[in-house]
Amino acid sequence: MTLIDLANPTRFLTLTARLLPWLAAVTAALLLIGLYQSAMAPDDYQQGATVKIMFIHVPNAWLSMFVWGVMSLSALGTLVWRHPLADVAAKAAAPIGAAFTFLALVTGSLWGRPMWGTYWEWDARLTSVLILFLMYLGLIALWRAVEDPSRAARAAAILTLVGAINLPIIKFSVDWWNTLHQPASVMRIGGSSLDPAFLIPLLVMAVAFSLLFVTLHLAAMRNEILRRRVRSLQMMQASQRAA
Amino acid sequence: MMSLGPYASFIVTSYALVAAVVLILIVLIASDYRRQMERLRELDASGVSRRSGRGAADI
Repeated sequence: MTLIDLANPTRFLTLTARLLPWLAAVTAALLLIGLYQSAMAPDDYQQGATVKIMFIHVPNAWLSMFVWGVMSLSALGTLVWRHPLADVAAKAAAPIGAAFTFLALVTGSLWGRPMWGTYWEWDARLTSVLILFLMYLGLIALWRAVEDPSRAARAAAILTLVGAINLPIIKFSVDWWNTLHQPASVMRIGGSSLDPAFLIPLLVMAVAFSLLFVTLHLAAMRNEILRRRVRSLQMMQASQRAA
Repeated sequence: MMSLGPYASFIVTSYALVAAVVLILIVLIASDYRRQMERLRELDASGVSRRSGRGAADI
């Protein structure tokens, strides 16, 4: 099945109906494995047991940016290729991305209080992620404010692409500015600086959360397709009654 | 028994919060699906059908 085939919403719904139970089962299994490994991971020599917060903070932080990246690709799909499901994908991803960003901010704060001595610091990394969260909320508000999905799609796509400028700012903020947030320790030139005792649970949790996103995203896209079907059938019904 | 040290409350709160938010997302998405399918079944019952001739709630 190609991307063109998936442009047909009915075909997409058939595919998601087959995929979702499997995806949900693999996600749940990986989350359980990741949680077990996180619980069994040793204490860090500096952070102590609070290193366990990293196993949920880092995947959420990665996904907060990844989801906006998915939405940016979808925005291109809306504006350039006019793919019928591109806008559906972007709209369905936004609340999930907002939730991941919220969790990255809050778990980061809960780690920061015992380690840095403060819940919040207006440094470049934290502030740019807060801006990302506000942008998610703005996009969700925009989709809710405009009733016609096709009109909302273009405005949202432009806003999403403008907002994508924030992604490299978030990623490189720890290199460009002097921040309290530590620099990259997994995805860096020269390889990860983490000990395997921490790296393995972190990667398992990252894959588990990524699969969680794919599962929730497909389910939310299915809902959005059905919502649009309801809308068009209601309009058809109203015009039949008027005639 | 796993020991979480002096900052156990921060660790437990973090995990509980992530579990709660993920659970809320799952419940919201599942209930939204049920709501849309219910609306489609109502449209089906009122005699509205898709251009393809298939029922409103048919996948």
